[in-house]
Amino acid sequence: MSDVPGDLRYSKSHEWVRVNDDGTVTTGITDHAQGLLGDLVFVELPEVDHEVEAEEACAVVESVKAASDVYAPIAGTVVEVNEELNDAPEAVNQDPYGAGWLMRLQPSSVEDVERLMSPDEYQEYIESE
Amino acid sequence: MLIFEHSRPGRRAGVQAPAAEASADDLPAGLLREDRPALPEVSEMQAVRHYTRLSQKNFSIDTHFYPLGSCTMKYNPRACNTLAMLPGILARHPLAPASEGQGALACLYELQEMLKEVTGMKAVSLTPAAGAQGEFAGVAMIRAYHDARNDDARDEILVPDAAHGTNPATATMCGYKVREIPTLDNGDVDVDALREAVGEHTAGIMLTNPSTLGVFERRIKEIADIVHQAGGLLYYDGANLNAILGKVRPGDMGFDVIHMNLHKTFSTPHGGGGPGAGPVGVSERLEPFMPVPIVDYDGDEYVWLTEKERPQSIGRLSAFMGNAGVLFRAYVYARLLGREGMHRVAEFATLNANYLMKRLQQAGFDLAFPDRRATHEFIVTLKRQMKELNVSAMDVAKRLLDYGYHAPTTYFPLLVPECLLIEPTETESREELDGFVEAMTRILEEAAGDAGLLHEAPHTLPVRRLDEVRAARELDLRWKAG
Ligand SMILES: Cc1ncc(COP(=O)(O)O)c(C=O)c1O
Repeated sequence: MSDVPGDLRYSKSHEWVRVNDDGTVTTGITDHAQGLLGDLVFVELPEVDHEVEAEEACAVVESVKAASDVYAPIAGTVVEVNEELNDAPEAVNQDPYGAGWLMRLQPSSVEDVERLMSPDEYQEYIESE
Repeated sequence: MLIFEHSRPGRRAGVQAPAAEASADDLPAGLLREDRPALPEVSEMQAVRHYTRLSQKNFSIDTHFYPLGSCTMKYNPRACNTLAMLPGILARHPLAPASEGQGALACLYELQEMLKEVTGMKAVSLTPAAGAQGEFAGVAMIRAYHDARNDDARDEILVPDAAHGTNPATATMCGYKVREIPTLDNGDVDVDALREAVGEHTAGIMLTNPSTLGVFERRIKEIADIVHQAGGLLYYDGANLNAILGKVRPGDMGFDVIHMNLHKTFSTPHGGGGPGAGPVGVSERLEPFMPVPIVDYDGDEYVWLTEKERPQSIGRLSAFMGNAGVLFRAYVYARLLGREGMHRVAEFATLNANYLMKRLQQAGFDLAFPDRRATHEFIVTLKRQMKELNVSAMDVAKRLLDYGYHAPTTYFPLLVPECLLIEPTETESREELDGFVEAMTRILEEAAGDAGLLHEAPHTLPVRRLDEVRAARELDLRWKAG
């Protein structure tokens, strides 16, 4: 059973979003997504200051099975990326909501987060998939 | 054991080694090496036996059923290889004048003609050295066509999300933005989404038929019309020609450019690791842009067409004719089959696939598209087994090795979770297919009874389950002594 923390929002393409106190949001891929991908061997992250549109492919996660795009769950500007993943992509598998975070965005509009799925909705979504 | 581990200092192949050290005093001192190269020091018999044993450990079409989806691992007549190695072909220097080697040029010319006939295209260029390079040539021609008309607003190539990864990669390499078109649950391209996506930015679409999902694209005429009406060109990924060979022609469907993988359909196995050949066929409007060289016949002699005769050509993609050996094999194969033989390829490739598909379904496997007919291949999904028994497509693939079968393609296409893409090809007997069904049935029973057996497979091969993750994370390709 995949872990779906109750304090996050979720996208259909399996990214999670956490709103931080400073108004930025942190995102990564969900436990369900990492489980489907299998052990990651490589993570490619965007440049800081890169502006992303919602649903734009902005990072790549690669496992021995497949390379998959990661999509920006909302529009914004990249303010920080998780450099640790360059040497330790396995953090995404081990701790997808913690040490395995991918990037921090300054959202164009924080309200966009509300349009993402709630934990219950996401749980239902992955069960129906 | 590696050949280096057989090595003993000072051991030489005594009989054949020259008695005296060869002198190298005519080489500049700065280029001479100071140490001896670290070559294995073994006897002749050790070398022969070592490599013979290694070759016996291989899985190959000559030794095993090899249903590697999308690779068309079928019987390739020995005659194709033998005749492609005739001295007049093998020993011809590529810079020799066309007058010396009219026979070889005639073969290439006729191959162009036969591929034109079988695809319904106006002209064919043989030079691309693989499918991916054929795609590159095709999209580069689309670009050259729009450029020549100063139609510069077209900066997007449409690619269905089921496409082989080389499609979006090709479009990107040619400087285009990739716009993905979703696939419906039944395996067809989402035509409504396509209709919404086309417009004045559309340079073209790259469509694969039979698609990578093991189904035929049913609304192809409609798709072709939508893209053409928007001013875009139609690219046909014909990598999997086996299923339609001699039956339907992309040219008749209105396509502007197609690439074929000769190293699938025409007597070179794709899963062999290369070399390959990915000729491109084009409609009339793309003909001036074709890659060179091309062989032409002026009524008297076979001649090369180069940049001189084709100033608008996208240019050269490789040295001379690309992988000429593969082209000659394909030529012999096409001549051996003839028109009727090609029909039979498609008929038996699809018959075998549909037979195997039904039997596996009866054996309890889930099909990705149970309502669709198979092309020359089909997809089984182990999503249910993964959920219920914690048995993955990889576990089944590895266990098949224990039963003496090369595994099907795993985890491709990406759209289908836990998938096996199975391509039996036209050259397998029914008994062979039945044997495979039996092995798959037993594996399914094992999965229910003792999943651990599958998790640890293979059990009978020289190496057990490899740690692919560690291999990818800590890439280390060099053997080092001690
Ligand atoms: C549908 C499709 N397109 C393109 C290619 C690329 O061909 P190649 O591997 O020769 O570059 C393949 C290869 O398997 C394919 O299956």
